[in-house]
Amino acid sequence: MFDSSDTAFKKLNTINRRMFILSAAKAVVFTGIIARLFSLQINENKKYLTLSDKNRLREWRLPPVRGEFLDYFGNVIAGNLKVYQLHVVPEQVENFKYLMLRLKDILELDDKEFLEIIKKKNSQKPWETLIISENLSWDQFSKINFFLHELGGAKPVLSVARNYPFNKTFTHVLGYVAQASENDLINNEIIKKNHVPGLRVGKIGLEKTFENDLLGTNGVQRYEVNAYGKRINQLDHKEGEKGKNIKLTLDTEVQKFSNELLAEKSGSISVMDIYTGEIIAMHSSPSFDPNLFFYGISTKNWKEIRENPLKPLLNKTVSGLYSPGSTIKPLVALSALENDVISPTQKVYCTGKMEMYGHTYHCWKEKGHKSMDLRSAIKQSCDVYFYETARKLGVDRLNLTALKFGLGHTVLKGTLANEKKGLVPSTKWKKNNLGVGWVLGETLITGIGQGYIQTTPLQLCLMTAQLANGGFKIYPRITVDKDQESLESIKYKMVQGAFKEKEKLYASPLRKVEEFLKMGTNEYHPLFRNPENVKFVLEAMFGSTNEFMGTSYKSRIEDPKYQFAGKTGTSQVKRITEEARELDLDISEIPYEERDHALYIAFGPYKNPRYALSVIIEHGGTGSSAAAPIAKKLFKLIIDRHELREKIKNKNSIKT
Amino acid sequence: MFQQTSYSEQLTFFQKLRSFDYILLLCIISIGVISGFSMYSTDGGELLYHSKSHIIRLVIFFTMMICFSFFSIKFWHSVGYLFYVLVLGLLIMASLYGVSASGSQRWVSLYFINLQPSELMKIAIIIFYAKFYHRMQISHVNNFKNLLIPSAILILPILLVASQPDLGTAILIALSGLVVLWLAGLHIRYFVYSSLALIISMPFIVSFLEPYQKLRVLTFFNPERDPLGAGYQIIQSKIAVGSGGLTGKGFLKGTQSYLEFLPEKHTDFIFTLFSEEHGFTGSVIILLIYAIMVFRITRIGTIARSSFAKLFCYSFASAIFIYVSINMSMVLGLLPIVGSPLPIMSYGGSSLLATMIGFSVVMSSKIYHRQSIS
Repeated sequence: MFDSSDTAFKKLNTINRRMFILSAAKAVVFTGIIARLFSLQINENKKYLTLSDKNRLREWRLPPVRGEFLDYFGNVIAGNLKVYQLHVVPEQVENFKYLMLRLKDILELDDKEFLEIIKKKNSQKPWETLIISENLSWDQFSKINFFLHELGGAKPVLSVARNYPFNKTFTHVLGYVAQASENDLINNEIIKKNHVPGLRVGKIGLEKTFENDLLGTNGVQRYEVNAYGKRINQLDHKEGEKGKNIKLTLDTEVQKFSNELLAEKSGSISVMDIYTGEIIAMHSSPSFDPNLFFYGISTKNWKEIRENPLKPLLNKTVSGLYSPGSTIKPLVALSALENDVISPTQKVYCTGKMEMYGHTYHCWKEKGHKSMDLRSAIKQSCDVYFYETARKLGVDRLNLTALKFGLGHTVLKGTLANEKKGLVPSTKWKKNNLGVGWVLGETLITGIGQGYIQTTPLQLCLMTAQLANGGFKIYPRITVDKDQESLESIKYKMVQGAFKEKEKLYASPLRKVEEFLKMGTNEYHPLFRNPENVKFVLEAMFGSTNEFMGTSYKSRIEDPKYQFAGKTGTSQVKRITEEARELDLDISEIPYEERDHALYIAFGPYKNPRYALSVIIEHGGTGSSAAAPIAKKLFKLIIDRHELREKIKNKNSIKT
Repeated sequence: MFQQTSYSEQLTFFQKLRSFDYILLLCIISIGVISGFSMYSTDGGELLYHSKSHIIRLVIFFTMMICFSFFSIKFWHSVGYLFYVLVLGLLIMASLYGVSASGSQRWVSLYFINLQPSELMKIAIIIFYAKFYHRMQISHVNNFKNLLIPSAILILPILLVASQPDLGTAILIALSGLVVLWLAGLHIRYFVYSSLALIISMPFIVSFLEPYQKLRVLTFFNPERDPLGAGYQIIQSKIAVGSGGLTGKGFLKGTQSYLEFLPEKHTDFIFTLFSEEHGFTGSVIILLIYAIMVFRITRIGTIARSSFAKLFCYSFASAIFIYVSINMSMVLGLLPIVGSPLPIMSYGGSSLLATMIGFSVVMSSKIYHRQSIS
């Protein structure tokens, strides 16, 4: 008994001892668990909170609303159109296959379109919106709505799309938008920041240039989602900011009329305010409809545009390079007068050709102009007179004058991509680039705007404007700036500049070209030495249009309100062979590609000029027959629109 | 040898009622209430299937526990072997005719309840051992002959449960049994030998593991290895707990569970849900309640006169502790994910039933603590 109670005691002892060891272990483990809780919940709380938010919050970015383009009068020329779209979020659809087959039926999708959608669906996450159709017709939209109760998961949505209400009228200026490509994202941080699938960005033209202003910012919808990505509730909706509207200096009416005038033709029209540099119209023909690109252009349309021999894709106004032909003559005359190589009264006898080192240089008038002074040489566009003048002037002095008046460098300073600089040759240029010395014969043909010299239509327009305003530098622009200087202030500056120039005249007779290029945009510096020379040239241009025997006499307007002065040009595409000269073919008998380009530059109204223009008709024949009549029609409209424009200008300036 | 007085006959109903351990009872009730609210939260703030049935079970099994507490400790002692045999029978039934769910055959369908016998085995093994070692002297315990029967008793259900397959419960049963063996005075060298044997045979055992079990072990060591697959549970659970912070996200505001990032939130991960909603403070409070519970049960064991009651209470306290710490370590990423419910908190009738039966025995030990078993 005693023994047994002893063993019982021993047993009890063992149990209690071992229990004590266990209890100690338990205390340690519980402490460990509390330590773990502390480390997770207190020490690393921030990290796990972030992770938990990352789990549950998902943002849906909405495409930004693109800013609009307005013309000078506030009309929308590139706007946003409400479109009906059909969206499906695959994960919210019970039976996707069934839904798709129903939709295929209702929307009358063909197999190719259908497969395209299925492919798109497989490439994205199930909670991402699948756009079935980006542009439902009203018929389709109402049909969808009618069947909506059996189309669980399909969502008809009202969205916005870029729209160009004037179709092809502004295409080369505005460009177009299309889906952002990989390259767009790489090259533009702002696009990358605001990118959502299906975002349209500017591809060319001003749409591309002003992309960052136009784009706007994303709207953001923040949703709480569950583990399966399903949206549980909307936490936040932030409206995106619409992109900035951009007002252009263009006049839709003039632009539209330019389109009409160049219909079926290949060519370009530019119209510019000779003081403010505002571009009133700028058109390159043929054009195409930029709306085609929004939903991705069809291969058929694209092929049509690309393979058109009249090259609709080329913006001829800034990227087309042409020999200026006789339109350069006023500038050659001015250069010669400024450099005192000839006097206005100097006579040259034109026999219809000129011999020089064994080469014969022809005048356009086979029989010759007989005795010509400078004024009549400009008026009748006598080539021989300008061969002689150019010979005396030399190509390098002509080069300086041409550069000063805006040839040889871009007019819009990069506002439009692909703007060409053109080429004004000099002896140095030829040596550096062709490795051969300059030949005197080349000087002669440069004097009539042939040979190496290449200009864009917009450069010719700027040159005309800078002559027409009395010979002062202006700054062409296509957007309406808030800090645009007033007409009065510009004119005042010009007068002051001319006055200063007179004083400097004695110090250095010729200013360097570089100085002109470096000048700020608010300096309207004189480009001449003697204002009388400019006046003389302008007066001669008046003769060319408004006096009998003038080359564009047929296109004159006698009403002083519309009366303008201009200069024709016909630029050769192909060297005229002696045989061809003998034949003297009619234009319709020459193959299209070999016909001359027709050019015309003009400014008006003559008494108090405000506008300058240039017209180029590719392979149009002579300037006087093809280009000048277009300028005549256009001038009427430009002058008619003038008053309205001035009114808007005052309104604009009051606003700012 | 004087005649032992039988106290039980002398105790009136009110005396019995008075000698309940009210602190322990309070702990059970508070965990029960907390689990009710947590279950309500897993249902997304509505009284749906899980919360309803959990609350009903809580009420029924709690009442049952109170009633069973009036059974004398002698009764529990007398049914010790029977209970084990019964549960073992159910286990065999489960492996023969059991109901399968998610790849394992764990349940037997009785008329009113789908019973998971492996859960009951956790408590049956303790009662069996407590009875087995009740009268055995220490010197006899370590007799080789006396080792055979308990080993067989333990290994048989473990094999049955492991083959269901349910590794988690098998481990818990093994641990419950080992605790009793340890307290009964089994020589320490046996533990050392068997653990050595286990370590040596580990590669062999691993080759028997189901692929998903191997994956779980691998995943435990590096959850980020496969964040959307096997590591998902651990990662999401840690995120939920960690994002709870000091005071939690608030009742019904646990985003991780509400938005279904948290797996198995009714059962194994109920603590994660609670911890996310109530933070460090709430978690520590729950842990403290469990600690008090364990402490109270241990105390009842200390005052109990019979070594059956003592062994049972000590072992049960340790078992509760093991369940709690394994479950919490698991959801906190300290242990690999093995199915192990949190006592009372987790959804599951069998586990709750087993726990409540355990509490009945403990209460009975308290009421009849002066009673010894002849």
